[in-house]
Amino acid sequence: MASDKPRPGAPNRAGLTIEAYKGRPSTLCNGCGHDAISNQLVRAFYEYGIDPAEVVKFSGIGCSSKTPAYFLGRSFGFNTIHGRMPSVATGALVANRRLKGLAVSGDGDTASIGIGQFVHAMRRNIPLIYILENNGVYGLTKGQFSATADRGSRLKGGGANELPPVDCCALAIELGCGYVARSFAGDPKQLSALLKGAIGHRGTAFIDVLSPCVTFNNHEGSTKSYPYLKGAEEWLHDVGFIPYFEQIAVDYADGTTREIALHDGSRLTLGKLEREYDPTDRLGALAKLRASSEGGTFLTGLFYIHGGKPDFTELLDLDDEPLSALPPERVRPSRGAFERILARLR
Amino acid sequence: MEQTSNSRNTGSVINDFSIQIATVNGSGSQSANAILMRAIFRMGIPVSGKNIFPSNISGLPTWYAIRVSERGYAARKAGIDIGVALNPHSAREDALAVSPGGVLLAESALGLGKLRDDVHCYEVPFSRLAEEVTDNFRLRRLLANMVYVGALTRLLSIDPAEVDAAIRRQFPDKAGAVELNLRALEAGRSHAERHLEKTDPFRLEPRTLTRGRILIDGNGAAALGAMFGGCTVASWYPITPSTSLMEQLQGFMREFRTDPRTLKASFAIIQAEDELAALGMVVGAGWAGARAMTATSGPGISLMAEFSGLAYFAEIPAVVWDVQRLGPSTGLPTRTSQGDLLSCYFLSHGDTRHILLLPATPGECFDFAQQAFNLAERFQTPVICMSDLDLGMNDWVAEEFPYPDHIPLDRGKVLREPDLGAMADFARYLDTDGDGVCPRTLPGNRHPAAPYFTRGSGHNPKAEYSERPGDYARLMERLARKIRGAVPSLPPPVIADGAGGPVGIVAWGSTHAAAQEARDRLREEHGLETGYLRLRSLPPGEDTVRFLERHERVYVVEQNRDGQMRAILQIEFPAAAARLRSVLHCDGIPVDAGSIAGSILEWERKGEDHGE
Repeated sequence: MASDKPRPGAPNRAGLTIEAYKGRPSTLCNGCGHDAISNQLVRAFYEYGIDPAEVVKFSGIGCSSKTPAYFLGRSFGFNTIHGRMPSVATGALVANRRLKGLAVSGDGDTASIGIGQFVHAMRRNIPLIYILENNGVYGLTKGQFSATADRGSRLKGGGANELPPVDCCALAIELGCGYVARSFAGDPKQLSALLKGAIGHRGTAFIDVLSPCVTFNNHEGSTKSYPYLKGAEEWLHDVGFIPYFEQIAVDYADGTTREIALHDGSRLTLGKLEREYDPTDRLGALAKLRASSEGGTFLTGLFYIHGGKPDFTELLDLDDEPLSALPPERVRPSRGAFERILARLR
Repeated sequence: MEQTSNSRNTGSVINDFSIQIATVNGSGSQSANAILMRAIFRMGIPVSGKNIFPSNISGLPTWYAIRVSERGYAARKAGIDIGVALNPHSAREDALAVSPGGVLLAESALGLGKLRDDVHCYEVPFSRLAEEVTDNFRLRRLLANMVYVGALTRLLSIDPAEVDAAIRRQFPDKAGAVELNLRALEAGRSHAERHLEKTDPFRLEPRTLTRGRILIDGNGAAALGAMFGGCTVASWYPITPSTSLMEQLQGFMREFRTDPRTLKASFAIIQAEDELAALGMVVGAGWAGARAMTATSGPGISLMAEFSGLAYFAEIPAVVWDVQRLGPSTGLPTRTSQGDLLSCYFLSHGDTRHILLLPATPGECFDFAQQAFNLAERFQTPVICMSDLDLGMNDWVAEEFPYPDHIPLDRGKVLREPDLGAMADFARYLDTDGDGVCPRTLPGNRHPAAPYFTRGSGHNPKAEYSERPGDYARLMERLARKIRGAVPSLPPPVIADGAGGPVGIVAWGSTHAAAQEARDRLREEHGLETGYLRLRSLPPGEDTVRFLERHERVYVVEQNRDGQMRAILQIEFPAAAARLRSVLHCDGIPVDAGSIAGSILEWERKGEDHGE
């Protein structure tokens, strides 16, 4: 499905070249998984032809949360406080429902200090792509375990993690998130398709991207190192993406591939490596995740999708105009209304 | 005791006394007390009510103190002129609390009749009379309250037509409830008529003193102000005593800010998972250009500290209502206090100083709720409105609010696409005109130069990450200058008799009611003239320091333990620090005028003893 991609030097559907989607140079360590994700974000938004003026970026605190400065430099961005990004994103996206939210967080930011806000963001189904750049370790404070570290994984300085990891994908599915996937920074093809699927989804799309920390968690004994993840990655299916603006018909060998229609008319294709797997079955998805973690494999792919849920702005019955742009006469009731209220108080 | 001497002198005490009703919470006395208040208000007599309630849903003692005052005094009145005792668990204590010469109106079954020989005691079988109205056990309990209203109607000469109207108003569209309540009222009234011989001096006479006025709680007034001030996003976490602000806002918004044709809302009210998220949503919405607010109380303020610092440092408008309650930790959640002042003024770590608005009346709650949005957007910073439980949850007589034509919505320095024109670069934190306030752009602005990256970390004028000492120092200097520069735009202090003299009084917020009355007492009963300044915002300005300098001794009256406003004034105006003395009240019950006047007189006497 390479035909959806404009050549990087050429303008895309929005009339922009890939330069318009880049950000400032990264200040992360050479080889950091997060930079690979940033590059895929640049390409995905460019290839999809999304206007950067319609996107707002959010992040919390940590290495991963620095990255929104390194992509989509022509989008507004907000690097918030530790673990509290979801509430800021919620407020901004409710204030202006025309914006597409793109959030980046880390495993400390999401699964430790921010687990409460993560959970409630998933419940609310705010229109947000939420990318968890997951390396199992605190990078900026130099290498402590995070809450997604696997049991038995060892720190660089020695010492094994004794506590069970938080599986944010399972949590997201449990709480009703309508698009839940896991990928690997070292698997650009799959990541690109899952990112584009997230762009085409309406509501919250959560992608847990394993993204090794080359400085503090890439050693022998770590279950979040490049070598370990490369060896342990197991595709749930072969993920492809067909954008809405390229309605090409694809012939699949009978029963080998399943197509998932997205809100904007784009399609995800899931090559059926796992023949029985149904990504619209919530309980099946949870069982699969549990079996994978107990089996010690690192399963990637689209775990769960449910496209029909109203997003939070719809639940709030918001005006079509952004709340932030309503003129004074729309937000200050009339003198007549004022009189009616006073009459009740006399 | 004052009342007893009055009655001896004149035979009656008219329109100037207190009623305290002791019931069990969850028994439905709230609507009965609201009806009583409303009827007195409609008779044209200034009235105020203080609900002294427990942090509990059902079964604990609760008191409602009503004060009628022809002079319009709305502070709590020390001493109980008329005690109504319905609660068996607190009956003895309640009966003993009535001032000598006062009235005890008690449930007969409590057997309090012989307890006091220095009060006028009336016993009424409230429960039995309620039983005659209905067989329904649950309703009986509720209706016993209307029976005491009926008895008081008779004893105090309350206009029955007004009680009748207040009942109908209390239960709109509930004909059954109206009918039952009217019957219970009549049962109490006719029982009093037939069985009670009035021996006490207290009664009400109609006046016209509430014409052009309304009866409203501060939280309701703040909610109205927020709606008419153009609030579009409100996020909150339930906490007493701020909950009724948000719930009333929700009610008003649904009624008046939903498009009748499309049924779409011009607002979002979000119940957040905690106060962290509540302010986080407000910050996100304010950043994106919405007029956003939250309401909370002390524990919530503690949780909002971090986001307050972000909003201050990244310069994002946010409006926070702190309806203060008593104490650190959980404290006394249903009791009033002014104890959050210092923490709010400097809320967050690092160097911060926030704009605080200090409403003292429902009128100011209405007004400041609107001004807070204007100030937050104009100065791109959090604005915290310091209400409290007494102001927020109790009903006050207020001048009718004017339709707020005179407060246009000031959206501050926002650059839209045409304003950016041919600009190739936009620097978010560039102080273009020297007032410390930098023009901002809003997400959704399609001009290629408009976007910037907001961060709570160090940044330069172009909003780029910076750890340069000079960038940080210049930023913090500008923020300090910006807040100082806001002072002339803040509500100025209200000054009375401030020409200068030996004694000045400073108060803020709901303490105003008692402070005003205390000044009258000092003048009328002790010949002590005082100047008066009521702060309505922080940081304080020139008017305040000049007032302090014009008085030899300045008593700062407030409802906290440590004299928080005094401490702030001493920090802001060190040269005047030595003239400031604290008059404090801090037990959760709203302060009364007598205790303020008493403290000031004691200080003044001590001063003479020490030859000052």
